[in-house]
Amino acid sequence: MNTLLILPLITPLMVAAVSFLLWRHKAAQKWLGVGGACLSFVWACLLFARVSGGEILTMQAGGWAAPFGISLVADTLGAVMVLLTATMGLAVTIYAVRSIDDRRAAFGFYPVLQILLMGVTGAFLTGDLFNLYVWFEVMLMSSFVLLALGGERAQVEGGIKYVTINLLSSALFLAAIGFLYSVTGTLNMADLALKIGALPTSLTAPLSVLFLVAFGVKAALFPLFFWLPASYHTPPAAVSAIFAGLLTKVGVYALIRTFTLIFAFTDVDVNNLLLILAGLTMVTGGLGALAQTDARRVLSFLIIAHIGVAVMGLGLGTTRALAGTIFYLIEDVIVLTNLFLIIGIMGRVCGTFEVARMGGMYRTHPMLGALFLVAAWSLSGVPPFSGFFAKLALVQAGLEVEGYTVVALSLMVGILTLVAMMRLWAEAFWKPSPMVIDAAHDKMRVAKMLFVPVCALSLMSIGLGIGAQAVYGVALTAANQISDANVYIEAVLGVTR
Amino acid sequence: MIVMLAFVIGGLYAAGLYMMLRRSITKLIIGLSLLSHASNLLIFTTGGLVRARPPIIADGATEIIKPFADPVPQALVLTAIVISFGVTAFALVLLHRTYLTIGTDDLDDLSKTDLARSETNG
Repeated sequence: MNTLLILPLITPLMVAAVSFLLWRHKAAQKWLGVGGACLSFVWACLLFARVSGGEILTMQAGGWAAPFGISLVADTLGAVMVLLTATMGLAVTIYAVRSIDDRRAAFGFYPVLQILLMGVTGAFLTGDLFNLYVWFEVMLMSSFVLLALGGERAQVEGGIKYVTINLLSSALFLAAIGFLYSVTGTLNMADLALKIGALPTSLTAPLSVLFLVAFGVKAALFPLFFWLPASYHTPPAAVSAIFAGLLTKVGVYALIRTFTLIFAFTDVDVNNLLLILAGLTMVTGGLGALAQTDARRVLSFLIIAHIGVAVMGLGLGTTRALAGTIFYLIEDVIVLTNLFLIIGIMGRVCGTFEVARMGGMYRTHPMLGALFLVAAWSLSGVPPFSGFFAKLALVQAGLEVEGYTVVALSLMVGILTLVAMMRLWAEAFWKPSPMVIDAAHDKMRVAKMLFVPVCALSLMSIGLGIGAQAVYGVALTAANQISDANVYIEAVLGVTR
Repeated sequence: MIVMLAFVIGGLYAAGLYMMLRRSITKLIIGLSLLSHASNLLIFTTGGLVRARPPIIADGATEIIKPFADPVPQALVLTAIVISFGVTAFALVLLHRTYLTIGTDDLDDLSKTDLARSETNG
């Protein structure tokens, strides 16, 4: 039994449980949260080290052999995503220590954050479709609480929209699971892949579309993305950052898993549909970002645009395109989390997120300006930053299969991102401040500790650019594993098709 | 029986979606719970509606005699019911909170965040 697979799930659960017992001790909850995030990070590193060679770890919960019990599976893709989750969890928890107010901390911010991380990790590790639904719900419930915690007007408004659309997609997902079970009699993903091939396309095609819509909502694909810019800018920066970094990526991961594993042996071909959706997502996200005047909403639309780029690799479908997608996801998670954290600091300095009312920060906070530029260039894909190499891998893969339109769109999205980010930079940093900033007052308001996770994430994103070869190697290992579904099936069930 | 349940499930989905499209938040939440009931009932139905045939292999036999009642969907549906109970409870609290904060039950009044000059909260 591989204990390493269960440790990243048990650690946050125990931390949250103990924290709830210590309900009145805010400081204890805070440091338990930081400690738990550190421990999860260690487990994720160990797990990644174990599987990075190409091995697939499996664990059958309760000793029930697959496909009867619940399987936990960590292939390279899963382990990479778990490592990213743990890293972002740690960064955001440290950021939250000095940025989350006492009122939110008193209502269990730290334990709920741990449960969110547990849900995300579980979604990446499970090998069972119904279990995936359960982890989705764990993740959603805690994200509902984090989003609404504080009860400000904007938060409850954003919360209603977020809750409604996500519950709708969960209901669809659940219905799809029910249908799939009734026709195959199994919910183990590997077993499903084996059995679904026997079904006629008239059954598998509608099922695949149900999954596409359910996961498309979570991933914020066009035309199902409207909930994201309506809600992501309302909670505190730490919460927005973890949402931006991880939650939509879980949707993309679920799409990758479903269409490379479960529907791999059917005649269902959603690749063209995925490419069209990816193209439209990129365009709407990119253009939407240009039209916004709130810094956080600019970023919300950029999340959508870059989800489009990531899904494009899945739509192209070749191994190299999948490797590009995985590289892109790694880069995107780090940079988007970082940008939301940086914008949180900018908002603290200026007292507003409204672009027109920001300004003059280059004079008062040059270091912040540099950090912002690194992240912005990474996101837009300016060489030599990490985003460039991720985009390069995707564009090369796209040209190989002659998907010129979608490649052109993905390059255009890079330009739109650059324009949106540079406009933000010019407004917030270059423009003279519209208000008189009291320098001494600001120094007090922005704690040094907020810069610790931001600097670490910036270094990480620079490191991804310098070590692009190695990162691409990992992405290629993961892509090789998922593009041959038999590898996964054999690791879980011990048989091949 | 299955045909009748299919109509019930379809009706629940339709009613749920219709309620979700209303302007009142209360009706929205009723719609959400109808939707989850529909999904639960759907899963329950996928197990096959067989009476008094537990999935137990008789003494001496090596195979189960079909048809039998599949226990897996029943286990799934229990999980799904618990989850939807929790989610509905949260949605009700959120509704109450929304009403206290905004003082309205009308979804059309919730469009302000898209334009609001919201103040910083770090």
